Amino acid sequence: MGVVTFPGSLDDADACRAVARAGARPVPLWHGDRDLRGVDAVILPGGFSYGDYLRCGAIARFAPLMAELVPAARAGLPVLGICNGFQILCEAHLLPGALTRNAGLHFVCRDVRVRIENNRTCWTAGYAAGEVVTLVLKSGEGAYQADQATLAELEGSGRIVARYADGNPNGSAGAVAGIASAAGTVVGLMPHPEHAIEALTGPGTDGMRFFTSILASATT
Amino acid sequence: MTADTVAAAAATPDREQPHGALGLTDAERDSIGALLGRRPTDSELAIYSVMWSEHCSYKSSRLHLRQFAEKAPPSPALLAGIGGNAGVVDIGQGYAVTFKIESHNHPSYVEPFQGAATGVGGIVRDILAMGARPVAVMDALRFGPPDAADTRRVVAGVVSGISFYGNCLGLPNIGGELTFDPCYAGNPLVNTLCLGVMRHADLKLAAASGPGNKVVLLGSPTGPDGIGGASVLASASFGAGQAGGDGAGGGQTRSDQPGGERAKRPSVQVGDPFMEKLLIECCLELYAAGVVVAIQDLGAAGIACATTELAAAGKVGMAVALDAVPLRDSGLTPPEILMSESQERMMAVTEPAALATFLGICARWDVPATVIGEVTGTGRLEMTWYGDPVVDIPPGSAAEGPLYDRPRCRPAGQDALAADDPAALARPAGGGLAGGELAGGELAGDLLAVLGSAAGADKAWVTEQYDRYVRGNTVLAMPHDAGVLRIDEQTCLGVAIATDGNGRFCQLDPYAGTQLALAEAYRNVAAAGARPLAVTNCLNFGSPEDPEVMWQFAESVRGLADACLELGVPVTGGNVSFYNQTGGRAIQPTPVVGVLGVIEDVRRRLPSGFAAPGEAIVLLGQTAAEFGGSLWAQARHGHLGGRPPAVDLPAERRLAAVLAQAADRGLLSAAHDLSDGGLALALAECCLIGGSGAAGVAAGSGVGATVTLPGDPFTLLFSESAARAVAVTRSGAGAEFADLAAGQGVPAVVLGSTGGPALEVTGLFSIPLADLGDAYRRTLPALFG
Repeated sequence: MGVVTFPGSLDDADACRAVARAGARPVPLWHGDRDLRGVDAVILPGGFSYGDYLRCGAIARFAPLMAELVPAARAGLPVLGICNGFQILCEAHLLPGALTRNAGLHFVCRDVRVRIENNRTCWTAGYAAGEVVTLVLKSGEGAYQADQATLAELEGSGRIVARYADGNPNGSAGAVAGIASAAGTVVGLMPHPEHAIEALTGPGTDGMRFFTSILASATT
Repeated sequence: MTADTVAAAAATPDREQPHGALGLTDAERDSIGALLGRRPTDSELAIYSVMWSEHCSYKSSRLHLRQFAEKAPPSPALLAGIGGNAGVVDIGQGYAVTFKIESHNHPSYVEPFQGAATGVGGIVRDILAMGARPVAVMDALRFGPPDAADTRRVVAGVVSGISFYGNCLGLPNIGGELTFDPCYAGNPLVNTLCLGVMRHADLKLAAASGPGNKVVLLGSPTGPDGIGGASVLASASFGAGQAGGDGAGGGQTRSDQPGGERAKRPSVQVGDPFMEKLLIECCLELYAAGVVVAIQDLGAAGIACATTELAAAGKVGMAVALDAVPLRDSGLTPPEILMSESQERMMAVTEPAALATFLGICARWDVPATVIGEVTGTGRLEMTWYGDPVVDIPPGSAAEGPLYDRPRCRPAGQDALAADDPAALARPAGGGLAGGELAGGELAGDLLAVLGSAAGADKAWVTEQYDRYVRGNTVLAMPHDAGVLRIDEQTCLGVAIATDGNGRFCQLDPYAGTQLALAEAYRNVAAAGARPLAVTNCLNFGSPEDPEVMWQFAESVRGLADACLELGVPVTGGNVSFYNQTGGRAIQPTPVVGVLGVIEDVRRRLPSGFAAPGEAIVLLGQTAAEFGGSLWAQARHGHLGGRPPAVDLPAERRLAAVLAQAADRGLLSAAHDLSDGGLALALAECCLIGGSGAAGVAAGSGVGATVTLPGDPFTLLFSESAARAVAVTRSGAGAEFADLAAGQGVPAVVLGSTGGPALEVTGLFSIPLADLGDAYRRTLPALFG
């Protein structure tokens, strides 16, 4: 499973750890290489790629690796974008909408309860529909926004993957925490599942199934 | 552009130079002339002015700081001590950690956001320069009255600056302090600690060697920012009317640099955490490739400091072409280039044969790198500007700096302050049942007042703005007693770290107050289940030219050195910040002490909150009626006077041994040290932090408790006697823990047990967790939004 490092990626080591603990082999992918190294799925990790300069994810979108990744994702390669990765997926138009400055304008680092609204994606198949899990939210620009038509389309077609369960920590439209592509293979998620894979270093192990789900899907 | 050359300096001995504006005294100017046998060039004057500044030379403090080495307890753990960029401590299994705390007080008042942000950047580069990967930061913050408008400006700026820089760098923020006192209104304290990890073999020393080796400047280009920051900003007091509440507009400026009259410029640097992140990864790859002979970060005094210190430490010469330095502003003069404090820069020495590999790694990380000179055998630091010699000095003379034994005088009001005993303050009524009603209403009121005071209240408004999870090794973070970090994923070896300081205690008695700060940090580390190993410090004081401040400083250093010896924990390094005053009014003496401990298995760490209902709560240590400098006296009466709590270091040592052994044997489910706010605040925090997972805070709904106080309730609740903690024994472990405590001679009394919907003190009061939580959590959001 590929984990991309852009200049300024921060949670790449955490994503690799989660992949390894799920039983898959993490494959580091470098932003400057036009090579996906034959991976079965890709994670775009959290961080501040290119310092979040211009707009979160706006520069990473033009990285050489993305020229390979975008067509591969459109052709069905599973991709999970976490936090900054979600922002990059939106900038690359693999997912609709945008992530904007939090309501309240502060960076928020908090354990949050999230309801899994769609367990039919290859990244969420291990969860029960409607299951509420605890993940870690840590972002300054995590408020999901899209126009009414897009939001209605996402709602209508079940593409809202996760929603904040207790209030709305950043002012996201419809309390959206994560969405999927029409095919369900590309998922963007604002909270971090890779920081909730062991009770010792996180709020629990609820995040692990994002990684075991994709492994199960890739091996069947 | 022409520059003042060595030849010109020899030819024009009487030319006036602005040494006074650069912070040098007439005597210091004369010594420079004597050292060089001629007047300095403008560039040389720039070097000496910043290197001989208080900030860089420690000229007023060095005499006293020697005690840390002279009184150092024998410790096999110390791999590199005072003098390097940061101390290095062996934690076993081939790992070493390096940690240091540093101030960025003055810049954070002038421009809170960038001042605090670049404070993080600076200490992180210090750690990186030792060869370590930076793995965590902490920050100890002190501000003016919480309800003052200017405090809101400073708090908002500082917290968002740390959040901006630290989060973007990918370093978890695992703890720190936040307090408020009117003495910090014109001079907030922003102290940042960074922790780094390396293998023993990876230790890098900042000493150049090997004539012919190349000197490479890497990172951001040099711009006109922070020029004279070390000499003008960090080594002088704010004037009474300066740097007021008008944001960046109040910055100190200077327009009389050697080299010509230029536009007024801010002395505060501007940070680019993205470049710093690249610099970290780039340097770590350079180390791994074995192409770094020596390396030094560029912080205060920029290129002037890096070149003189690298050459002086290696006892070699260095030739530098200043015109080769990449600039962001092509109009910079040689003195400005030397003094610029542009951020995100490092200076490395590499062998010529390794240069291509070195530059290749920098290119891969998009980090600009430029050869600006080479190591020589001349023993002199020589710099040219387009071929003309502009600097020719013995580097040791700049790096060493003058040494002053400043006059000291016990403050005139010290005895009156000690005599103003808090015993005279009105205390809450309490005790006994009155007509079937709980009669501790006033005690409960005081508890809520302490809990809801800005200093006692929940710090989540601040800490939620910091990423505490990144890198995935955070085992405990705020609001627990210490930050605990896993170092090895397989063996679960880890470290615990805590910082503490109490300006109020130090105002009453700087010797005892500093020992109490050390004791508290030591106790916090032990309460997390770790064995304390080493100490760092950031000594924040007023002007050293004030004999009363100098007395406070000398007492504080003597107290810390004595206590470190007694507790068996050596000082590995630190930082002195003088001139923390506005006009003639100094801050309270505020030494901030950081203690690092090792924990063999982080799975045995002790959280601070009650973990589960039905467990026994044990009070460890002896409580006396000690209210001088207490949070109760401050929150309830705005009072500061009397004596600070008695220091009992042997008792601290025994308490720490009990906690660490109990953690090792798995006897406890939680422990929390007693400090500000005494048992009252500790119990409330144990309840409110309770039930939360590992590093998490939000998941906790709290765990109540019922306790009975074995003595005068007011004293037991609010006294701040040292060497105390509460511990919670796992079911079935009570007897073994009692034996352990008795064996060490640590008094242990079972107060009651965890559980229930309230914090209940039998016969006195019962406060529902919801009310307790409301008092605790609403204060900071209400103040700062």
